Amino acid sequence: MKEDTRKSKLKFKFDLWATNSEENGWNISSTDEGSQKMLEEESEKQIKIQTGTDVIDDFILEEDTTDDERMIVNMGPQHPSTHGVLRLQAELEGEVVRRVKPVIGYLHTGMEKTGEELNYFQGPTNTTRMDYLSPLFNELVFSLTTEKLIGIDVPDRAKTIRILMTELNRVSSHLVALATGGMDIGALSMMIFGFRERELILNFFEKTTGLRMNHNYIRPGGVAADLPDGWQSDVEEILKIIPEKLKDYDDMLLDNPIWRGRLENIGILTTEECFAYGVTGPSLRASGHSWDLRKSQPYSGIENYDFDVPVLDEGDVFARWRIKVLEIFESLKIVEQALNQMPKGPYKIQDKKITPPPRKRIDESMEALIHHFKIYTEGFKVPEGDAYVAIESPRGELGCYIVSDGSSKPYRMHVRGPSFCNLQALPVIMTDSPIADAVAAIASLDPVIGDVDR
Amino acid sequence: MNSEILRTNVESYKKLVELLKSEGFEMMVDLTVVDWFRKKEPRFEVIVQFLSVSSNERKTIKVFVNDDDLTIPSISDIYPSANFYEREAFDMFGIIFTDHPDLTRILMPDDWQGHPLRKNYGSGRIPVQFKNAPRVDQ
Amino acid sequence: MYTPDNILTTTIDKAVRWSRTQSMWPVTFGLACCAIEMMAAGSAKYDLARYGMEVFRASPRQADLMIVAGRVSQKMAPVLRQVYDQMADPKWVIAMGACSSTGGMFNNYALVQGVDHIVPVDMYVPGCPPGPQSLMHGILTLHDKIMAGEINR
Repeated sequence: MKEDTRKSKLKFKFDLWATNSEENGWNISSTDEGSQKMLEEESEKQIKIQTGTDVIDDFILEEDTTDDERMIVNMGPQHPSTHGVLRLQAELEGEVVRRVKPVIGYLHTGMEKTGEELNYFQGPTNTTRMDYLSPLFNELVFSLTTEKLIGIDVPDRAKTIRILMTELNRVSSHLVALATGGMDIGALSMMIFGFRERELILNFFEKTTGLRMNHNYIRPGGVAADLPDGWQSDVEEILKIIPEKLKDYDDMLLDNPIWRGRLENIGILTTEECFAYGVTGPSLRASGHSWDLRKSQPYSGIENYDFDVPVLDEGDVFARWRIKVLEIFESLKIVEQALNQMPKGPYKIQDKKITPPPRKRIDESMEALIHHFKIYTEGFKVPEGDAYVAIESPRGELGCYIVSDGSSKPYRMHVRGPSFCNLQALPVIMTDSPIADAVAAIASLDPVIGDVDR
Repeated sequence: MNSEILRTNVESYKKLVELLKSEGFEMMVDLTVVDWFRKKEPRFEVIVQFLSVSSNERKTIKVFVNDDDLTIPSISDIYPSANFYEREAFDMFGIIFTDHPDLTRILMPDDWQGHPLRKNYGSGRIPVQFKNAPRVDQ
Repeated sequence: MYTPDNILTTTIDKAVRWSRTQSMWPVTFGLACCAIEMMAAGSAKYDLARYGMEVFRASPRQADLMIVAGRVSQKMAPVLRQVYDQMADPKWVIAMGACSSTGGMFNNYALVQGVDHIVPVDMYVPGCPPGPQSLMHGILTLHDKIMAGEINR
């Protein structure tokens, strides 16, 4: 029965909204993607309109009103529930959304251009600021691509630290997704809870890397520093507290009729649509297809850990919320195994050309000083070639494509952000649903605009 | 995981993509452009990554775009996920994808001049000024 | 309007300044990484409600303070200016983080190199991103500034 309703809702060929295809003439200027220009001259009239002393209500002319009563509503870019500076143009027929066009680029930072100016040693500083909720994944994918180009393999301890840190990062990222998702739908307690538990993980990150976000911790050749003293007790505390708190969330939301009513059978995304629009990650797994790069194309030794990939069949907003909760449990499993199996040894590759020597060696050895100076001024050279490496970030397939021309800087650095691709499915899940569900649909896809615009 | 690299030209590019689709490559995961300014002829190379979920396989198509018209057929009718990527390539490199449903700028403002990721486009760096520092350009 | 200082008006001045600091409602202007730290500052552990600022207003008309949290791109700059223009006087701006203060590490074509090119900034909070403690320090310093300043602005 459930299968049938899903199949009938297949909206594979939705009405794509191309620029300036709006029929009514008057609203083109009001929804123009432009409005980019700042007010060049401060016109008196404009100021009066903005300060509210002059109200224009003569724009509804007789000949402009049509029978079908479609209205174009602009949502964002400054809007509290669009997860950043996403802008949506929605064409409404009464309460129902008929067409949606996501307008992005309001956070375009030119990171791919900046990435061509920084050398490989500085590269993670740049990539970590792309997806600011899962910064360690961005560093990992850049480091893995660089290592693939050089052809080196990092020590076991570095691999295990990378897995430990990234899986903790997945937990913190999903907690923010749950928190902001709850806030958008009106469950404000969920926001307070999610950020409270995230602080635990962020405190551990701050202790290890020195920063709460944007760590620049995972670098080509290993990690920047070893784990701090007493890290086991911190991780054990995280492992103890977070499952308890997740039970609280379930008590609060899982059988909550309002929560279920808002989320169930809303924004259905089928497996075919996921494939067509390149949707990966939790959204694909919530639509009934088990696909996880950690299992199918493992990286950094994650094939040695025992964990499951949760899959749900419904493909609606509720399933996409639920799967994030389940994935937190699986990530905590991996963290526990990494805690118990942490091997001893160096935390970065012992190649003087790639990783800097420890601080103490610089005082003792002239050679170490030279290597240190060379790495920090010029960086290391990477052989010619190109490589694409993909890992499973909290939002889906995070890929990095680097072209090297043999110098110490990437000739071209491109990051395939999962949110950029997932956002294309937004018109599919929003069309022909009420405007009230739009916010739930955006929150369930969990786009990070820094990852979309880069 | 290594992906097999297929090199082709603009004319047979779309046929090859259709072939890959029929071979079971469900997803087009990435499309990007490399600008080989004064290094290679022709200048722009389009690189498309495909992923087959069913057979757990990756393939990469590399195709050089002719310098004189910079056009290449759009594959967004075969893979709808190419829509945003092709708009991004148009915005950043000025590659024109024919038959694209909505080929407009996506990241930069609509009235922006130039294509920022081209190698001959400056990065727009503003020199850092220090107070009371001696001028070096005199 | 110039009001000369005398016993009555200085006391009113103080009361007005104090009341402005005690319920300074920020507009939600989260842009990038710093927005997450701003939200962390507003939620359970750091609790901006202690300073009467936990209500992040969605409408600029109801807000007194704009915390520019994150990098401002060329495309976002006009939007930011419009939101600032729509805020009712008196209004203050905090540039949170390196990117909104100076452009940060992204010295390139896409970013406005410092939000002070567009709007007047009252307080700069350094860090990338600044932690919630840094943000709260910036806010408290802004309170001091308001307490020491003129009421006509």
